[in-house]
Amino acid sequence: MAQESKRPFEPFVWLMFSGGGVAAALVLPVLLFLFGVALPLGWISAPDHGHLLAVLRNPLTRLGLLGVCALALVHGAHRFRYTLHDGLQLQRYDGLIATACYGGALVGAAAAAYLLLFAL
Amino acid sequence: MSAPPYVRLYKPKVRMLWWLSRRSYTLFVLRELSSVFVAWTVVYLLLLVRAVGRGPAEYQRFLDWSASPWLVALNVISLAFVLLHAITFVNLTPQAVVVKVRGRWIPGRLLAGSIYVTWLLVSAFLIWLVVG
Repeated sequence: MAQESKRPFEPFVWLMFSGGGVAAALVLPVLLFLFGVALPLGWISAPDHGHLLAVLRNPLTRLGLLGVCALALVHGAHRFRYTLHDGLQLQRYDGLIATACYGGALVGAAAAAYLLLFAL
Repeated sequence: MSAPPYVRLYKPKVRMLWWLSRRSYTLFVLRELSSVFVAWTVVYLLLLVRAVGRGPAEYQRFLDWSASPWLVALNVISLAFVLLHAITFVNLTPQAVVVKVRGRWIPGRLLAGSIYVTWLLVSAFLIWLVVG
């Protein structure tokens, strides 16, 4: 119990972990398949630049993609933290690991916000 | 405030590579490692967004870069891990979430099944949106 009370953000992070897990599961496989495998191997022809730009500039795409990116990054950070924590028995360094993981996710989410909201 | 003394009485030693001793442990750690590939996928998609935002020439450069053999290999591996994440996450959902409709519990298989259908519909929609 003493340990739990020291971690007031833990439930909130677990909630984001679940949300990010769902977002990552529903959206990422098909996008990675399209842009990482099918297009590069020539299975389908690349969409032209104008079409992709129009799709990305739609406010719904911007917000949806931003939400997916941010949540998936928090999900990944949270899971990776526990991978190091339990998988490699690095409990001693939890403070450092947690800072690096969530910090990385925050930087990624900020980059996503910049790219999707201001750089398109 | 220090922890009460009984907390420290028993501390089993765990080897660093404990998860290699059993198949199910190894699968568990592989599933946990999917986080790295989820993060990579987000980074990769954001690089695409950046390239599209910078204009047709930069977009073409991204397409050329994405066809590098090492990158295709990395993305195939990533896809396998992202799929592992998706499947294990959906299959686990009925154990984490209990849904009640009109006072009746929704069986786990139905719940997972409906998520798979949603996954299919979302994927079809995204393919249509991209390839259109």
